[in-house]
Amino acid sequence: MNDTIAAIATAVGVSAINIIKISGPDSLNIVNKIFKGKDLTKVLSHTINYGFIIDKEEKIDEVLVSVFLPPKSYTGEIVVEINSHGGISVTNKILELLLNNGCRLAEPGEFLKRAFLNGKKDLLEAESISDLINAENDNARKMSMKGVTGELSNMIKSLREKLLNIIANIEVNIDYPEYEDAIKYTNDLLKDNIKEIKERLTKILEESETGKIIKNGLKVGIVGKPNVGKSSLLNKLLKEDKAIVTDIEGTTRDIVEGKIIIDGTEINLIDTAGIRETNNIVEQIGVEKSKNIIEESDLIIAIFDGSKELTEEDKEILNRIKEKKSIIVINKIDLKELLDEKNLPNKNIIKVSIKNDININEILNKISEMFKLKEIKTKDYTYLSNARQISLIKKCLDLAKEIEEENNKGIEVDLIQIDIQTLWETLGEIIGSSYKEELLDEIFSKFCLGK
Amino acid sequence: MYDVIVIGGGHAGCEASLACARMGHKTLLITGNISNIADMPCNPSIGGSAKGIVVREIDALGGEMGINADRSHLQIKMLNSKKGPGVRSLRCQADKTIYPQNMLKALNNEKNLDLKEMLVKEIIVENNIIKGIKTENEEIINGKKVIITTGTYLNADILRGHNKHKGGPHGEKPSLYLSESMQKNGLKMRRLKTGTPPRVLKSTINYEECHEEKGDLTPLSFSNFYEPTYNINAQESCFLTYTNKKTHEIILNNLDKCALYSGLIVGIGPRYCPSVEDKVVKFRDKDRHQIFLEPERKGGDEIYVGGFSTTMPEELQEELIHSMDGLHNAKIVKYGYAIEYDAIDSTELKMTLETKKISGLYTAGQINGTSGYEEAAAQGLIAGINASLSLENKEPLILKRNEAYIGVLIDDLINKGITEPYRLLTSRAEFRLLLRHDNADIRLTEIGRKIGLINDEKYNIFQNKLKETEKLTKYLEETKIEYNKQNNEYLLSIGSTVLNGKIPAIELLKRPEIKIENIEYLLNQKFDPHASEQVEINTKYKGYIEKTKKEVEKMLNLEKKQIPSNIDYNKVRNIATEARQKLEQVRPLTIGQASRISGINPADITMLLVYLKKEYPNE
Repeated sequence: MNDTIAAIATAVGVSAINIIKISGPDSLNIVNKIFKGKDLTKVLSHTINYGFIIDKEEKIDEVLVSVFLPPKSYTGEIVVEINSHGGISVTNKILELLLNNGCRLAEPGEFLKRAFLNGKKDLLEAESISDLINAENDNARKMSMKGVTGELSNMIKSLREKLLNIIANIEVNIDYPEYEDAIKYTNDLLKDNIKEIKERLTKILEESETGKIIKNGLKVGIVGKPNVGKSSLLNKLLKEDKAIVTDIEGTTRDIVEGKIIIDGTEINLIDTAGIRETNNIVEQIGVEKSKNIIEESDLIIAIFDGSKELTEEDKEILNRIKEKKSIIVINKIDLKELLDEKNLPNKNIIKVSIKNDININEILNKISEMFKLKEIKTKDYTYLSNARQISLIKKCLDLAKEIEEENNKGIEVDLIQIDIQTLWETLGEIIGSSYKEELLDEIFSKFCLGK
Repeated sequence: MYDVIVIGGGHAGCEASLACARMGHKTLLITGNISNIADMPCNPSIGGSAKGIVVREIDALGGEMGINADRSHLQIKMLNSKKGPGVRSLRCQADKTIYPQNMLKALNNEKNLDLKEMLVKEIIVENNIIKGIKTENEEIINGKKVIITTGTYLNADILRGHNKHKGGPHGEKPSLYLSESMQKNGLKMRRLKTGTPPRVLKSTINYEECHEEKGDLTPLSFSNFYEPTYNINAQESCFLTYTNKKTHEIILNNLDKCALYSGLIVGIGPRYCPSVEDKVVKFRDKDRHQIFLEPERKGGDEIYVGGFSTTMPEELQEELIHSMDGLHNAKIVKYGYAIEYDAIDSTELKMTLETKKISGLYTAGQINGTSGYEEAAAQGLIAGINASLSLENKEPLILKRNEAYIGVLIDDLINKGITEPYRLLTSRAEFRLLLRHDNADIRLTEIGRKIGLINDEKYNIFQNKLKETEKLTKYLEETKIEYNKQNNEYLLSIGSTVLNGKIPAIELLKRPEIKIENIEYLLNQKFDPHASEQVEINTKYKGYIEKTKKEVEKMLNLEKKQIPSNIDYNKVRNIATEARQKLEQVRPLTIGQASRISGINPADITMLLVYLKKEYPNE
């Protein structure tokens, strides 16, 4: 990190003002060479300075230059930001000048990386920022923002603090058995504490599952026997002809994907080839795929023909989806109803006519209701959203359960402490912080010890 | 010409010189006052949480402290006996007259060991190799190895109230020149502080107003090899009293008069051993603090006021002492004081306790920034062993963090450095379930034997314990507990549940509520107590022991990743400046060691690994 990097920080081509960000030990000297205005090496930190970018004597642009000195800068290094008004070609020209005067073009994410390496961001915040850069929709962006401000970190930190208190108490009891300053930490005390920790972890995990939906969207599989209206429904939902719709059974052999947005959340719709025992090889592949899709989907929309009695195929579909979250759609209500609803699950049933556009919106409302999408939109997004974080939280939850179990058996707390310490360290891994000295500081600041 | 010269006759110096002499090397122990050898200038106790285990480890390696403490104590206790097996530890009240006497006897019994009374002025170094020492009366003594164990004597200042004067503990002469000589030879020194409380006359204490604390009624010993021989009923008691509102008021009203808060002290004191001023100032919400009244010697009249270390002037010490129950009329015979002294920056040392800059020069004990007799003795032993092994051209002894508290201690000193006098705590040992009181011998006796410090007698006792343990394990695996009314009634009576059929005794022992005594009862047998302890712990805590061993493996894997000795940390990209400096200073041998250096965070380690992979792809 001895060199100085520069890059255009605003989205190319869209904004009226473009910002070029420079970070590194030579930031001020390099910008000074192409800036006509105050001597930037002499200005105070966190000031905005008016002037011109010049190439030799030629004025390139009228700019505002912000100066941030360490440690209070984004990367922890000397950071300079040039606000340019002259559109993208001028902005490119300024960047070129910077590169000619000693800057190196930043690699993607390099400012963030420097911030992390200089201790300005913890791992969790850094990951959230990179999520933010890659966010595809509104909710995902909001969620990343929460991560950036450290709410996630704070939640983890407060859990860790609670654990640290417990560990410190146990350690003090061991190291200073005769000191009455520290209460004796017992199985009974641990019982309540670990229960609460377990509940908090469970909540984080549950919310993280929702977080995953926000980030990756909801995967909705549409199933039903051939020619029941799967593709038509998909098209209605997408309002465009994407799947081939015919009256001949078994025409939709490929899995068709389309995206819609419900209440700000991305919904990925997947049509499946009709689930049907078949000898046709091409069709069989589609059938196999659709079975997988049922497995992977967050939600299944199962369509049944209301004008016919339930067939063996329908029953097979019901059997496959019985463990899944699902919406039962009874199609063709414009025709005489022959389907006996007693054979269907008794919730989340919507009767529609796809052909006549009756009740299609109810399906969308139902999805929104089932996943509380409206709430997601307005709620605080304090979720863990990437796979590494979620798997670590799962590990933590398992540990908490194990601790609870051992504690109920009456195992000495100083032994259980081995697991409590692992739990604490694993939570630390999520936010990328290390330990040991923290514990000793805790012990000596909390308890008055020693002869 | 001596093989080894040991400077300083405290706990580190005694162990160091005994180890060298016993390993067959001509050794000189030079010290300021021979009658003060193995002195205990502060608390009259040996052992304690973690420290007691260190004493067992010293004993298992062939050191003297354990045996000597067993011969010299007034009271002995097992701490944490109601907790898990990983944290049990012995502590005794040692007799401050008998302990040093016995140690002096042990020193005098070594034919390879000479004692000399003189202060040392300089170390003699040529081409970064130690050559010997020069005493304060200009005598030059040559030595192949030199071990400095001068405790708190280097440039020592005694502080009390506004009074500051050069002086060692007990009014001994300080060593005024050696620290300078070390600095001249490039060693980085630092200033530390510690303190000791007043002593009061036993006959002037009213014990009626205090709470009595007796020794345990089970015979106990520090030695792994010899059974206890003391009279359990003749143990002396300690007593407990408390500070109170009045004590706290006096302190708060007079902070400007004590050395600590008046700015006279620059050295950093230990957090785990705060002065009473510190306790009152930093923990203002506490109404009282415990004060322990501990006898210093059998039949003696001096009582150590534990927990009352102070730098207040003498007249205020009187007032403070008299404010407490039991001490209203107590007469102070020695006033408390703080002592500031020079210590070596412990990152100057290798894991062998040899200095990195001067070959053949070792330092051990309080000079390395530790506190405590046990920590000192442990380092003295290791320095002595390594100096000897080096003379014998053998591989050094480096104990790992999973092998001994001594390993944790030295690893922390060398890698983390210290900011305050270092005390061992169980919380510093990540693998403490493996570093138990009961298995110190199993962990270390073979090592002691190989080095040559464990004689046949001890070794046979140890071998016997192993054999008995193996025999008992096998017996309990093969012997079944009968399924009958009588046994089930017994199990119910001790709060367990009934059997549904015959089961091996070892299976029954796995139940948390079943103790080895219960098995003895059911089988109508009496087992060997040492073997029983091992079998019980290994059976009951197997799950946790396995978990800990997995953690050890993780650590050892990092230890396996070597860092080339010629690495240029300036070329490692993207590590924090602080990390770069620390790495340069410590120059760790492995990634594992690097990861334990304070101020090095996981991101730095990742960058270091990336660099090593790129630059040294074949290693």
